[in-house]
Amino acid sequence: MSQNWNITLKVSRQKEGETPHFDEYKMEVNPDEYVLDAVERVWAFMDRTLCYRHACHHSTCGACGMRVNDVEKLTCITYIRDMTHDGGTLKIEPLRNFPIISDLAVDMGTLYSRLESVGARSVLPAPEAEIENPPATWSADDGQYIRLADCIECGLCISACPSAATSDEYLGPAILAGAQANGLKRNPELLALVDCEHGVWRCHSAFECTAVCPSFVDPARRIMDLRTQIIKERFTRLFHKA
Amino acid sequence: MENKRNKPSPARFWMWFNPIGRETGGWAFILNRVTALGLIFYLFLHLIVLGQLAKGPEGYDGFVALMHNPYVIVGELLVVAAGILHGLNGIRIILTTFGIGVTYQKTLFYTLMAVALITILIFGIRMFTA
Repeated sequence: MSQNWNITLKVSRQKEGETPHFDEYKMEVNPDEYVLDAVERVWAFMDRTLCYRHACHHSTCGACGMRVNDVEKLTCITYIRDMTHDGGTLKIEPLRNFPIISDLAVDMGTLYSRLESVGARSVLPAPEAEIENPPATWSADDGQYIRLADCIECGLCISACPSAATSDEYLGPAILAGAQANGLKRNPELLALVDCEHGVWRCHSAFECTAVCPSFVDPARRIMDLRTQIIKERFTRLFHKA
Repeated sequence: MENKRNKPSPARFWMWFNPIGRETGGWAFILNRVTALGLIFYLFLHLIVLGQLAKGPEGYDGFVALMHNPYVIVGELLVVAAGILHGLNGIRIILTTFGIGVTYQKTLFYTLMAVALITILIFGIRMFTA
């Protein structure tokens, strides 16, 4: 059994009309607990006014995304041991590039409505899922099996994306990945949405989205794949006209 | 009511240069912006210095003497370095945009930066020994 650690949680606080500031909470934790456990302990035993989002505790709902020591993390699967040390500090901040509702809770409404606009699917036929070594029984036209899509709509990719920091209209990595997974061939109307200045061409190849994605969506690869598809489409149109 | 402090805005462009918590791709992103700004600054400086040549033979002699100043040579090396780093990083971005080496973008970055450092070193040796 692990020996407990004494750590300090430095939590970003901001209610309506308040100046942003950090509050510090000292606590004893098991280093094999998750960061979300420590945040919940603050709310449960130290400060009931702390506002944050969480639900499933097993990386399915995507609600507990926060910045831990300056890096976007899904706090329900991030071990305290991996982020600090005995006597150390955990700095907890809300995700960037989303309006703050209160403390650590941000408004994800734009993300959800944009995902809907590109028809991002939460469930897809299993043969379409990009998984290693799929069972031999699966075939392309087999509709028997379905699978949850990898994207859990946590918004970490949008928080980490430097391009998303400066443009409110940029669709962002999760949405573009959703469009790619939905498929341009199957949904040609998506082309106009993604082939524009607020679509794939706003991405400046920082690859931060893929670095922080907790669910192996690899948004950067999907954005590059969309670009390749668009370039091919443009060439096809060019030679078709000629 | 929502707080707009955290909302995306062009005024938050400084976040492009914040290296805290960034991964390899983020460092490459910052490097490309810093070198681009450096090259733009050099372009204006270049035009101003070239303007000295229009002031006749004395202006020309003054310009040539300035070019032999060691500080100016260091500045020229910085321009060469910025050009090489920006150009090679740009090749990486073009390749990944066409779907080439996307999953190996980190290796691609480190390899191209190694090539850049060797090239800058060669330029430096030649510039200071010529």
